Amino acid sequence: MDALGSFDRFVGTHKYIVSEALRNAVNVSIALGRPLLVKGEPGTGKTLLAHNIALGLNKPLIVWNIKSTTKAQEGLYVYDTVQRLNDARFGDRDISDISQYIKLGKIGEAFVSDEQVVLLIDEIDKADLEFPNDLLHELDEMSFHIVETNETIVAKHRPIVVITSNSEKELPDAFLRRCIFHYIEFPDPPLMERIVRVHHPDLDRRLLRAVLKKFYWLREVDEFRKKPSTSELIDWVQALKLGGVSPEQLEKELPFAGVLIKKEQDYALLQEIVQGKRALFPRRSWSS
Amino acid sequence: MFIGFFFTLRKYKVPVSITEWLCLMEALEKDFAHSSLTDFYYLARAVLVKSEAHFDQYDQAFQDYFHGIETPPEVTEEILEWLQDPRNELRLTPEELDELRRMSLDELLEEFERRLREQTERHDGGHYWIGTGGTSPFGHSGSHPSGIRIGGQGGGRSALKVAAERRFRNYRSDLTLDVRQFKVALRKLRQLARVGPEDELDLKSTIDRTCRNAGEIDLVWRKSRKNTVKVLLLMDVGGSMDPFARLCSRLFSAANSSTHFRDFQYYYFHNCIYESVYRDMARMEAVSTRSLLQNLDGDYKVILVGDALMAPEELFSPYGAISYGASSETPGIVWLKRIADHFKSCVWLNPNWRVRWHHPTLSAIGRIFPMYPLTLDGLDQAIQRLSRSV
Repeated sequence: MDALGSFDRFVGTHKYIVSEALRNAVNVSIALGRPLLVKGEPGTGKTLLAHNIALGLNKPLIVWNIKSTTKAQEGLYVYDTVQRLNDARFGDRDISDISQYIKLGKIGEAFVSDEQVVLLIDEIDKADLEFPNDLLHELDEMSFHIVETNETIVAKHRPIVVITSNSEKELPDAFLRRCIFHYIEFPDPPLMERIVRVHHPDLDRRLLRAVLKKFYWLREVDEFRKKPSTSELIDWVQALKLGGVSPEQLEKELPFAGVLIKKEQDYALLQEIVQGKRALFPRRSWSS
Repeated sequence: MFIGFFFTLRKYKVPVSITEWLCLMEALEKDFAHSSLTDFYYLARAVLVKSEAHFDQYDQAFQDYFHGIETPPEVTEEILEWLQDPRNELRLTPEELDELRRMSLDELLEEFERRLREQTERHDGGHYWIGTGGTSPFGHSGSHPSGIRIGGQGGGRSALKVAAERRFRNYRSDLTLDVRQFKVALRKLRQLARVGPEDELDLKSTIDRTCRNAGEIDLVWRKSRKNTVKVLLLMDVGGSMDPFARLCSRLFSAANSSTHFRDFQYYYFHNCIYESVYRDMARMEAVSTRSLLQNLDGDYKVILVGDALMAPEELFSPYGAISYGASSETPGIVWLKRIADHFKSCVWLNPNWRVRWHHPTLSAIGRIFPMYPLTLDGLDQAIQRLSRSV
């Protein structure tokens, strides 16, 4: 493992604003060579983090998207038995060379890469409950064994591993013990202002203020099934810009609400609130 | 180093292991905390705490262990500066102003600290707590909505103050929960068996059959493994359950939208189960409890939800049912026992806090069904219990 100072430090990129706590967590995980587990509300930029670590450190990114059917073994390698069986029948290839039927998975790719890579294991909680446990050894030792060819793949450079989870399933303790953990909190207005600025640098200041005011006002509605998130806010700003909505107009109404509110029930609720049929926290306000 | 902190964390029930502790030591050796308490706060949290559900306990343990460590003087100065800042002018009634004038700045600061200790969450508006807007003498009129603001983003906020804010209270797992969390917990309730269409390649048999077939490939398919758990949800509605209606509806929607159960049935009851349960309480769509027991196999996992609080005669006396025109000769407790006897695994979830669990009907029902609080931890234990008894 590298000593302090000789590893690359992540400081964020011009497209991605990180909080100090997150930046520290990333650097600790890189320096200690442990996977970084990132949790947080949907739309807080968990996946983007890995993309930007790769961008910020100028390293290639390997993405392994996890689905409910994904098995841990697939990340290491797949032995294409059916192809070999087929070849055996028709005699197309030399079937005694098993290695040509071994296909490396995403983790395998990251291990054999000639330079250090950022490996993103996206939405690990989508997979089966046992999935993370099956990867414990491989991520710990940074090596795995291919039984069929009696070959051991050892990581040439320890990849920077970023794992995201939406907490659909709880992760096993043994797995958690090996990770560095960070929970991305929902950004507060000043941080959100910086985030929006990154995406829309030329946005009118008054409009931005009005947008954020409305946005945090919506976030206060506890009854929403899905609260609007950062990525939706950014889309909304884009829509408002294209629609040429003025701050004054925004004060009075809520144009393009469909960009923010995605569920039918929430939309109905919003209509009630806008039409004044429901009172909404009369004493609370986002002061500016 | 800080070994006491390790045990303080364990005391506050943060599940910290030796491995993680050694990892923290390694990080400290490499000077990741930069000899700063704030950096140490975040570093230790990232390394030691693996779920936002434990952040609150971590905050408390941190406060406990590092309590009394001097906060950097600039923070105090910052507060003073902030309090004297004319931009933070407060709009108070003349009486309140009088009251405040009687306080010296020292008293004011003392009061500030006292309230800071008392205050446990962010506060916007209102007139007492430290927060934005409102009439509290410790307000802040700027754009930052969080409770008190000492220093700016990433500035001089001391770790103890961050810890004292306890912003992660809402993530504690022993607090009651939302639909998503319910779903996560319910997903653990499973029991795999091979059912459905034959859509999975059985490699072993394929090889075997192919060999017997002199190398001519003969594919063998089998049924894939699926969850066979069947769930029956019985919920108390109305009356004393009204305060928990929202919580219960969340549990219901989580269970109802969980697609991994083979079968999911739900019925409502009022206070206690008598000879009928209801498909729809408002329309009094009743199903007799007897037919329920006859039609559903004993391998249904039964989750009962209720506060189990009622007048003792509602549970123990014949004709005890108080409402909905139900008059049953059989006391409620007998019906409950019949359910417990018929279904092999049952649990009772109680949305009322455990501390209030001292009541004759409650303890009687608690003897029939294993009872758990309707919180994330309680639900987890209940699900474990359900999965254990097959």
